[in-house]
Amino acid sequence: MTEGQVALSSDDLTMWAALRRHTQARIGLGRAGSALPTHHRLELQAAHAAARDAVHSPFAPEVVAAALPGMPTVRVRSAAGDRLTYLQRPDLGRRLDDIDRAHLPGGDWDVVFVVADGLSSRAVHEHAAPVVRATVERLGVGVRVAPVILAEQARVALGDDVAHAMGATMVVVLIGERPGMSAADSLGAYLTYAPLPGTTTDADRNCLSNIRPPLGLGYEVAAGKLVGLMGRARELGLTGVGLKDELDSPPSPLPAPPPEGGPPTG
Amino acid sequence: MSAMSTYTSTLGGHSYRFDSLARLLAAASPERSGDRLAGLAADSARERVAARWALADVPLARFLAEPVVPYEDDDVTRLILDTHDLAAFAPVAGLTVGGFREWLLSAEADAETLAAVEPGLTPEMVAAVSKLMGNADLVAVARKVRVVTSFRSTIGLPGRLATRLQPNHPTDDPAGVAAALLDGLLLGSGDAVIGINPATDSPKAVRDLLELLDEVIQRYRIPTQSCVLCHVTTSVDLMERGAPVDLVFQSIAGTQAANASFGVTLGLLDEAYEAAGKLNRGTVGRNALYFETGQGSALSADAHHGVDQQTVEARAYAVARRYDPLLVNTVVGFIGPEYLYDGRQILRAALEDHFCGKLLGLPMGLDICYTNHADADDDDVATMLTMLGVAGASFVICTPGGDDIMLNYQSASYHDALYLREVLGLRPAPEFEAWLEGIGLLDERGAIRDVSGTAHPLTAIGKELAA
Repeated sequence: MTEGQVALSSDDLTMWAALRRHTQARIGLGRAGSALPTHHRLELQAAHAAARDAVHSPFAPEVVAAALPGMPTVRVRSAAGDRLTYLQRPDLGRRLDDIDRAHLPGGDWDVVFVVADGLSSRAVHEHAAPVVRATVERLGVGVRVAPVILAEQARVALGDDVAHAMGATMVVVLIGERPGMSAADSLGAYLTYAPLPGTTTDADRNCLSNIRPPLGLGYEVAAGKLVGLMGRARELGLTGVGLKDELDSPPSPLPAPPPEGGPPTG
Repeated sequence: MSAMSTYTSTLGGHSYRFDSLARLLAAASPERSGDRLAGLAADSARERVAARWALADVPLARFLAEPVVPYEDDDVTRLILDTHDLAAFAPVAGLTVGGFREWLLSAEADAETLAAVEPGLTPEMVAAVSKLMGNADLVAVARKVRVVTSFRSTIGLPGRLATRLQPNHPTDDPAGVAAALLDGLLLGSGDAVIGINPATDSPKAVRDLLELLDEVIQRYRIPTQSCVLCHVTTSVDLMERGAPVDLVFQSIAGTQAANASFGVTLGLLDEAYEAAGKLNRGTVGRNALYFETGQGSALSADAHHGVDQQTVEARAYAVARRYDPLLVNTVVGFIGPEYLYDGRQILRAALEDHFCGKLLGLPMGLDICYTNHADADDDDVATMLTMLGVAGASFVICTPGGDDIMLNYQSASYHDALYLREVLGLRPAPEFEAWLEGIGLLDERGAIRDVSGTAHPLTAIGKELAA
């Protein structure tokens, strides 16, 4: 082998292949001089490109709406007018556009689903509607489900603003997670009971992450967990740290709503 | 302490007014998203330069009279002012910020002079002067500063660059960690520290990782130190129970409230410092603490007191220097685009942090990194590495292929460190270099040999794991 060329022996290849069973880390890549071999450099670029595209591809709410036949949807925007603003101003991504807020349908809703683009519109396009459908199916007819909100340039806390404006007791935000180098299509689900914009914090939420079948969490499993969490949230009147230990317990049936359920609407 | 002053300047026929030193520093700071998010940035490019004109005329002594965070409210301010050394300050006491820049760039300010004046400098003074300096100034001055620390290896000697080997795994799987550890060692990495970010802070998980690293270090007699980056209280607890803790780690920030958000106080750090000193596990030195910092952490914790993110970051270095750490690094691009938007802002912050840390006497290294929602890529990493290598960074963090599968961000790779050592003629820490030579990993030029395809003793680790 001359210096500067990559020539892993078959013995080495066998060893690194065996080691890769234990980790997805990019180990045993070989060298071109001091640098990465061309093949591995391009592999890294491909992973980064997928992540960048997921962050910057525009959200297409009509794609999600079309996959929710028979369910009313409402499109809203956050106060962050474009992607550049969204990435630099988390405060604006947490707040509804004032005009959109005024047009939200109020009602005596038990739960509102907010489909938010977050940092991966691809995750939302592929996985959000199936999770909404599977979850609503399990909730059954006694539960008052609000129109599904499709939110652009939105962060998790935008759901607090939505639920508060609509008078919904609980909010489920389905949002595109920050893309990594191994997955650019992970969907997160955040459940919050009686949220109050500006007061509710992340400690008041329960989260399922990495929803992306077949490699990550499947739709039915995610829906089952969500319905279980919603049931416990209604029993206890809270979500967040107080509900944390219940995450792995089997889903319980949704109990009857409390007599005066629902957050303050002022 | 005297009350806040008003600072003014006139530029292009327009008068600008800044109502406090903190406001002036923020307005003078090079543009970055975090200061805009905090509502502290200059409103226009001209206002920014006007602030710099005003800042250039501020006497350095003014920073002792007008703390940017009130003395009564904040123990970091008290630490800075109570430990300030007036005798060391004397040679620069008569300078303005603008004059200080010129003095730092002059031949008079050599390594010995800079070391002597260091106890007389406050974080706010060095942050202020950095705002008047270009990227090249930040490199030129930082490379004159010499900070040498040691434990089992010696960090910061001239012509040397150390690396942190970071074999993280999303579930702390021992075989996965060991596989990544082998990969890094075969690429000549790990002389600053073999450091793992654990998936959980549970004492049991941390101890398992510490024992794994200790076994490898002892078995192969590697002159380096391990660290599992858990909370300081977890490390102290584990030390008391006899776990093999080499370095005690903690994330720190530049205000009392931001440190509280990390669950630390100066009192807790004092205890950790004392406990680590007693263990005496080093062979060539006794620097036993390791700190990480990063611009934006105080704003993120809503604990910035109206001070710009670069100045608050420099205040964290006053906390670090109290404890004679072996290693300090800024995790410069990890926090995301709401604080540092793109490669240009991350590069600027990296150079500022390295410059300020070095002037304040710290063994400053960097995690040169970015997340996928920042406007940056591996070319930015190469640019930053090269500039920081020229600036004389003590160490850089390296990951397999530049991709950390546990923290989900991209950093420098082991290959990047090979590149930097090659183009700048930098060598590993001397003890580690001797070890590399002893196990046949150095070629005749002193570079790391490509051992793929050869029966190297270290691959025994891999063969065992693979079996």
